[in-house]
Amino acid sequence: MFALPALATLAAAGGFYAMLSGMRRGSFDPRGVPSALVGRPVPEFALAPLPGWDKPGLSSADIAATARARPVLVNFWASWCVPCLVEHPQFMRYAAEGIPVFGINYHTGTQTDPGATAWLRRHGDPFARIGIDITGRVAVDFGVYGVPETYIVDRTGIIRWRMAGPITPEIDAEQVRPLLRSLS
Amino acid sequence: MIPELGHFALVLALLLAAAQSILPLVGAARGETRGALLMATGPTTAVAHALFVSLSFGCLMWSFAVSDFSVENVAQNSHSLKPMLYKITGTWGNHEGSMLLWLLILALSSGAVAVFGQNLPATLKARVLAVLGMVATGFLLFTLVTSNPFNRVWPLPEDGQDLNPLLQDPGLAFHPPFLYLGYVGTAVAFAFACAALIEGRVDAAWGRWVRPWTLAAWCALTLGIGLGSWWAYYELGWGGFWFWDPVENASLMPWLLATALLHSAIVVEKREALKVWTILLAILTFSLSLLGTFLVRSGVLNSVHAFANDPERGVFILILLAITVGGSLLLFAWRAPSLEPKGIFAPISREGSLVLNNLLLATSCAVVFVGTLYPLFADLAFGARITVGPPFFNAAVFPVFVPLMVAMAVGPLLPWKRADLWAALARLRLAAAIVLVFAVLYIAAVDRRLLPALGFALALWIVLAAATDLADRIRLGRIPFAESLARARGLPRGIVGGIIAHAAVGICLAGIAGKGIAPERITLMRPGETTTVGPHTLRFDGLRDISGPNWRGTAGTLTLLRDGREVATLSPQRRFYPVQRMSTTEAAIRTSGVADLYAVIGETSEEGQTVVRLHWNPLAPWIWVGTVLMAVGGLVSLSDRRLRVGAPARRRREAAVPAPAE
Repeated sequence: MFALPALATLAAAGGFYAMLSGMRRGSFDPRGVPSALVGRPVPEFALAPLPGWDKPGLSSADIAATARARPVLVNFWASWCVPCLVEHPQFMRYAAEGIPVFGINYHTGTQTDPGATAWLRRHGDPFARIGIDITGRVAVDFGVYGVPETYIVDRTGIIRWRMAGPITPEIDAEQVRPLLRSLS
Repeated sequence: MIPELGHFALVLALLLAAAQSILPLVGAARGETRGALLMATGPTTAVAHALFVSLSFGCLMWSFAVSDFSVENVAQNSHSLKPMLYKITGTWGNHEGSMLLWLLILALSSGAVAVFGQNLPATLKARVLAVLGMVATGFLLFTLVTSNPFNRVWPLPEDGQDLNPLLQDPGLAFHPPFLYLGYVGTAVAFAFACAALIEGRVDAAWGRWVRPWTLAAWCALTLGIGLGSWWAYYELGWGGFWFWDPVENASLMPWLLATALLHSAIVVEKREALKVWTILLAILTFSLSLLGTFLVRSGVLNSVHAFANDPERGVFILILLAITVGGSLLLFAWRAPSLEPKGIFAPISREGSLVLNNLLLATSCAVVFVGTLYPLFADLAFGARITVGPPFFNAAVFPVFVPLMVAMAVGPLLPWKRADLWAALARLRLAAAIVLVFAVLYIAAVDRRLLPALGFALALWIVLAAATDLADRIRLGRIPFAESLARARGLPRGIVGGIIAHAAVGICLAGIAGKGIAPERITLMRPGETTTVGPHTLRFDGLRDISGPNWRGTAGTLTLLRDGREVATLSPQRRFYPVQRMSTTEAAIRTSGVADLYAVIGETSEEGQTVVRLHWNPLAPWIWVGTVLMAVGGLVSLSDRRLRVGAPARRRREAAVPAPAE
């Protein structure tokens, strides 16, 4: 019984050693969580349109079809989300320039978004298609931390970039624009 | 020249520490008389080792102060435009420098044992110094081999790369020294535990010698954690004070165990019981401190705090960790069975309540441990990516803390050996009645959320119980007030410190519970618009550009209105540090002592609307007032002459006198 702490320590040390050697080989990456989907294809999904709003729903097939012509932005948003409003003019500008922007209206188990249509009416709708993620399942598949979150999908349907947080003019100029240029 | 001097001093310190870890140990093994000469090398080498590490640290500090960018570490972590305060505190704001600070505190601790430990038995002192020497040797070797802070760089950079701006802050500047003082202070308790295992003897005197060191480490750790959470509160701008971040947890775990150790050492001292457990606690407390060092510096954990990481370095620390922790636990497995338990005791007694305290604290530490490390091991074993966040910790820690808080009020009222629980509870009936009335009134009139109400009630319960304890001891109301006052002055400091620290936990808890009912508002505001949060109305008066020595930024102006009149202005800032290309937020906090009004500004949209986040945090300042009071309680207790290391000579005389009322 007195040897138990020593044995537990040895086991833990073995585990830590495996982590460290994994980090050197690249097979273990504790920082890997934030970019889980970058470099991977868009997860499969099909979402219904926003009720009472005259835009079609969104599925992974729609993204793939549009992305074949030019890179696509996918934006998770909600009307109660203040930073979403901060980045909103940016998206209006993308839409005006003809860059395809798809919206996914974000819900969680407890938080729904009854004000979505009023928000779009008041501020303008930059989205070509809007899917409503009622179960929150698609956000989980994408690994969304919270809204807003934006992904850029390249012409082969692979996610190339992810931004957790609002797209400010600096991020637009330094990251989004150069990436869109290099992908199209 | 100065950096080379520092490097050279560090190498000398390594040699001295190696001598310190071997010679006294051999001396102690040869016996009190035959090994006297070898044992006498212990204090000498310890003091010299402390002097050379101090010299080395002074050299690094000098290099930072004069911005000697030929030193790689200075070039990477400093900048000529940085204010002098942060140049100096930048010495320990990076991996290499903080290792040197760690070593400095360890060397000073072992020097302190050498100088102030004159009353320790010679063999115990020699072994304690040897164990401290071994720990120091390992980490000196680590620093010199993998993280030498004195490496030169060529060609000379024109200017430095600046310190991470989040660290350019008075709160964080002094957070690491306190934290390390705490971490390393537990090394002394660890050394005492190992020495006792080697000696094969743990008695009341041992408990008495360990306590002051543990207490000092605990005070420093308390202050360090408090400073860290205060910094997180006003600098990170998220409005919270504790985020269950892995690195925060790494400092909380040793604190929980050090608190347990503090209490179980009392049992060893008074009743010669719980010896094996106390030894194990001392070893585990230091092990967790080392684990924190490993997790932060190896890059295994993903955290906002992490230093620039390097798996190579991680392997080195892991080996050190395995030798130190594994070695001491093997020693424990080998020697602990021979430590005879003496006092068998009743569950309802002071010592029984201290066992309960230990069980609950150790459980909460285990919960935090699992929550912090489980994601790592799950990733390793099943490839599953899991984040364990505040919901888990809150849900798992609260159920352990509630009984802990209830019991910590009752424990000090129980006498040693055999107690009557009902008699103790009867002494608390007034406190219980007040708490009950408060709880009913609070739920009826203020707020119905259960958890904050429970927190406030428990906080009141703890403070009232501490007050009851004090009142009983000085017989307040039963004898003339002047006599009570005289008794209060005559109370042993250890008792007074305990009462203060217990009451401080209550005060801190009230602050934490206050966060549970704190309203917040996130909104977009144009200049001239007003909004409300809690009882306050604020008007947003626009933004202006500001700049500092090594940053530029934006400050918002929020005017606090009362009945339409302007009462005060808050000026939250966003700063941008061009050299490091990083932004920070500086929250504006207006405190009244019983509540904080907390404001942060965020991005500004193109239409001129700025994100403004406001919190009204009732009782929030009490979190830190309570933390500081806890440390004050510890210090008062530390000043008790019975606790000083010189006590054993006096002990025999005391034993003849009837035990004081405690």
